[in-house]
Formats: sequence, structure tokens, C-alpha cells
Amino acid sequence: MAKTGKNILSISQLSIGYGSKTVANNINFDLGAGMLCGVVGVNGIGKSTLLRTLGGFQPKLSGDILLNGKPLEKYSSSSLSKELSVVLTEQPASKNLTVQELIALGRQPYTNWLGTLTKEDKQQIQASLDAFLLNELRHSKCHELSDGQLQRVLVARAMAQDTSLILLDEPTTHLDLYHKVQILKMLQELAHNKQKTILFTTHEIELAIQLCDRILILDGKDHPFGDPCQLIEQKHFDQLFPSEMVQFDGKTGSFKVNK
Amino acid sequence: MKGSRTYRISFVLLALALLCAWLLNISSGSVSIPFTDMISTLFGTSPEKASWEYIIWNYRLPKAFTSILVGAGLSLSGLLMQTLFRNPLAGPFVLGISSGASLGAALLLMGVSLFTGYTSFSFLGDISLAIAASIGSFLVLLIVLIVAQRVKDTMALLIIGLMFGSITSALVSVLAYFSSAENLQRFIFWSFGSVGNLSVNQILLMGGIVALGVLLSILSIKSLNAFLLGENYAQSLGVSLKKSRLTIIIATGLLAGGITAFAGPIAFVGLAVPHLTRQIFDTMEHKVLIPAVMLYGGILMLLCDTLAQLPNSASVLPINAITSLVGAPVVIWLLVRKRKMMF
Repeated sequence: MAKTGKNILSISQLSIGYGSKTVANNINFDLGAGMLCGVVGVNGIGKSTLLRTLGGFQPKLSGDILLNGKPLEKYSSSSLSKELSVVLTEQPASKNLTVQELIALGRQPYTNWLGTLTKEDKQQIQASLDAFLLNELRHSKCHELSDGQLQRVLVARAMAQDTSLILLDEPTTHLDLYHKVQILKMLQELAHNKQKTILFTTHEIELAIQLCDRILILDGKDHPFGDPCQLIEQKHFDQLFPSEMVQFDGKTGSFKVNK
Repeated sequence: MKGSRTYRISFVLLALALLCAWLLNISSGSVSIPFTDMISTLFGTSPEKASWEYIIWNYRLPKAFTSILVGAGLSLSGLLMQTLFRNPLAGPFVLGISSGASLGAALLLMGVSLFTGYTSFSFLGDISLAIAASIGSFLVLLIVLIVAQRVKDTMALLIIGLMFGSITSALVSVLAYFSSAENLQRFIFWSFGSVGNLSVNQILLMGGIVALGVLLSILSIKSLNAFLLGENYAQSLGVSLKKSRLTIIIATGLLAGGITAFAGPIAFVGLAVPHLTRQIFDTMEHKVLIPAVMLYGGILMLLCDTLAQLPNSASVLPINAITSLVGAPVVIWLLVRKRKMMF
């Protein structure tokens, strides 16, 4: 088994699912600090279930999840909130918050019982606003924002939570190509500059190949994991979709529709 | 971080408005007492007529304090429910807590004579009515709490609460159908709601219950703010869902149940005041909202009670009717003007 010393996240023999229904099993991978990792796979293969399991929202079926060398289930909800932050597909329940207020909620794990923001909290919030180009929008209400802007706000909130691991469930859905690239570039910068480990599910396989340090392919069998170029060489993307519809071109790293 | 100073000014203005509403409330009533005499009575000097002193100290002051407690407590319970269920329609009535109180009161006023044949009400003081209503609301609260432990989904809990509400009101209807006209009338008068007729001890007891509810709410400020993002996000921010949901539900039960027991089921305040407050303060931060809804609730209740007390006449309109007649148009006007539900 892999060494867990330097790994932020270490997954071995993991089975995920709901009760008696196994969605995917035998998932193995390790992620070090500062790595951007995409999780790809067809609809219903278990991408979101994996993310929900890693985020502690549902129990694993079997196997090990080690976060900073400690089993995930050993964390209390308050100590976990300092190690792991999430960006979910669900919209925030109230959009009557301003951008700054929403990002400030990311500091909750560190504030006192009344939620008073310290100088350090305010610096973190400012850093998140800067990193995701939200300074101009700081006093706008969330219901006034476009989808792309709101997504940036939600990621900025996760950054303000200042955790070693950030999980994002489909952060690029509903966005146009420009904004997809924008958000992924920002995630890449966050991972590389701040040494955050970032794991996100996506359907943008071509973008993930270009931007990610690691990719996990959920294929229902052995779930290959590795460097995108390696995975291309090993022809793992070729069988991702039924080949009569789309074919993967290893030279360009893109999919072509069969005419 | 945004403008805590602007909030400070708003709070000073609100506190002044509360004071004015309080003075207005005390100065109006069936017996007209000159304003200067009223002020001097409040400061301890005896007025021209001894009866005025008696009226102010024994009737009007307790009534004014009850109004403030009722308005502040019901508004706060409405705010808690709306945030917990992330539903702008939620109010103290949704968990069936108020219906539970009604059932308790109905059982005492109509059921006792029905089942035992007792027709004499000599043993039924106002205290026993309050106790019956409290037991009713806390029984329903207890059932809701047990269900809340098992049901993870807050929306399901909301619907279950509504179902309990229907069951209890159905039972009340059945009781009403079989009860005598005299008993029915007593129950209907209780259901009109009233902020008068409470003894000092009753007010102190209700004040204690409300204070406990406020304390629990203040302890929940952080989780209330986290709930604005949704339960999953709240959990990822370190909120223990079970514990904070329980605390918030108990706080609501204490506030809504305790007040309904003493003052009857007063409609509308719990639903409307949080909306009014959010429209005017334009924030979702519960550190600001909790004191703001309490002040607004107190002011609204004092004004409604002043209106209910028809000037210079002995008749008092049901407070329940006034709160709805005054408050509902205000909320409609605010929503139409802003065209948006602020939540």
C-alpha cells in the first residue's frame, strides 16, 4: 500500500454506494499537496457518490479514506471543517447574502461562538476575493450574479475556509467554454500557488487533460488513476465511451464524433 | 464587516420607536388619562385621581409588557423557523406547536365537561388554562423532536409538522362540535388571543420562558448563519446538524408554545415580522436579525394592541384580527414594491 506520510488524501480499496447498493468499488489513489485532480466518467458511474463519501456526507461501504494520515471517520465535524471544504452542485439556500458575506461564512470553523471575524479572517476573505476577481462584486447580492460569477464565489468561499483539501462537484456545469476554462485555471493556480489539494468531478475531459496534474477515471472496473499523458498512452480514454459514437484521439487529446 | 455603524443608528431609532409605542400604548385605553399625569405616575408621583394610578400600574403596564414579550418572542420564533427550514412561509405554527397549545386549551375548556360531565368551571383559573396549553404545545414539540431524530430531511419534518397541525385542529373541531355553546364561546375567546388579563406572576413566568428561548437562539447564531447556505454546506462548516436543529426547535417551542399558552394563538406576527425586518435591514446576518426582529415584533404588537383598544370605549377588539388586518397589507405592499421575496 502507498505511503501516507506526505499524502493529503489516500484512498485504498474503497467501496462506495448506498446501503446494500454498491455504486463503485476497488477505488485506489493518493493525492499529494498542491495537486489538481479531475474525476471523470460517464453519468451514473459514481462521481458524485465518491465526492459525497470523501466529503463525509455519506458513509463509505468499505476500504480506507485517509485524510492527512488519519481515517476520515475519526474526524469530528468541527475538526474536519478545518481540513476539508466543499463546493456542491446545490445552490446556496439563501441568495440574499452579499458576495462578501457568503465568503465570510467560510471562516466559521475558525471564528468564536458569535462568529466574530478577526483581522486574520478578514485577510483570508480579502485574499479569496482577490484570487477569484470578486473585489468589484463584493457588495453585490448573490441573486444578482451570473452563473459563472456565483461559481467563483462558491469556490472563493471554499478557499477562505483554508483547508488542505478542497472537493468540488462539477464546478464547470452550466458555464460557457470561457468561464469553464477560467474557473479551472483559477483552481490550478490555487492548487499550485497555495499548495492546496483539489479534487473535482467533471465532464470536461479535454480540459481536464490539459489542466490537471492527475486524473481519476471511474470506469466501473479498475478505475485508472495517474498523470493525464500516462493515461492517454495507456489508452484509458479510448474505452470511456462506446466507440461507435465518439472516438478519442490520443494525439490531440480530444474526442471526435463518428460521422 | 459592512457598516456596523449604520446598524447602530437603526437600532437606536428602533429602540426609540419601541419607547414611543410603549408610551402610546399605556396612554390609550377605556379611561382617558392625560399624558402628563401618566408620565408622572410612571415616575412614582400620584396622579389627580387614585383610580388612574391603579389602572396604569395594574392594568396598562402589565399589558404593555405582555405585548412586547409576545411580539418579540413570536417574531423570533418565526425567524428561527424560516432559517431552519429555509422556507419563507414557515412560522411558529408550522411545527404544530401552536396547534398543540390550542388542543390543550380546547381539551380543558370543552373536553373536560364533555368527558366527565362537569359543568362547573370554578376550578378553571387562567393558570390552569395556561398549563393545559403549555402541556399541549410541549407534547406536540416532543413528538416533533422524536421525529426529528429519525427524519434527516428538514423538508419532510416541515410537512410532518403541518400534518400534526391538521390532526390537532381536526381534534379541536370534533371537540367544538360536541361541546356546549358556553364552553365553545370560552374557547373562541381564548383563540382570539389576548395580551391583557395576565397577572404579574404569569408575566414573569412567560418572560422567563421567552428569555430561555432567546438565550438558545443567541447560542445558535453561528449555525443559523451557516444554515443559510443549506444543510450540507452547514455540515461542511463544522455545524453539528442534529444538535443545532434540536436547539433551534427547542427554542422555537419555548417561544411559540410558552407565548401561545398565555396569550392565545396570535397569528401573523411570527410569519410577517421577519420579512419586514429583512426588507428594512437588508441583511441575513442573525447577529443583527435576532435583536431587530425582537424590536420590530415588540413595536408591532404594541401598536396593534393600541389599535385594538378602541379609544375611550370599553370594548377591545380581538388582537388576532388586528395583527392580521394591520400587518398583512404592509407585507403585501413591501413585496409588491420590491417585487422580490428577500430570503
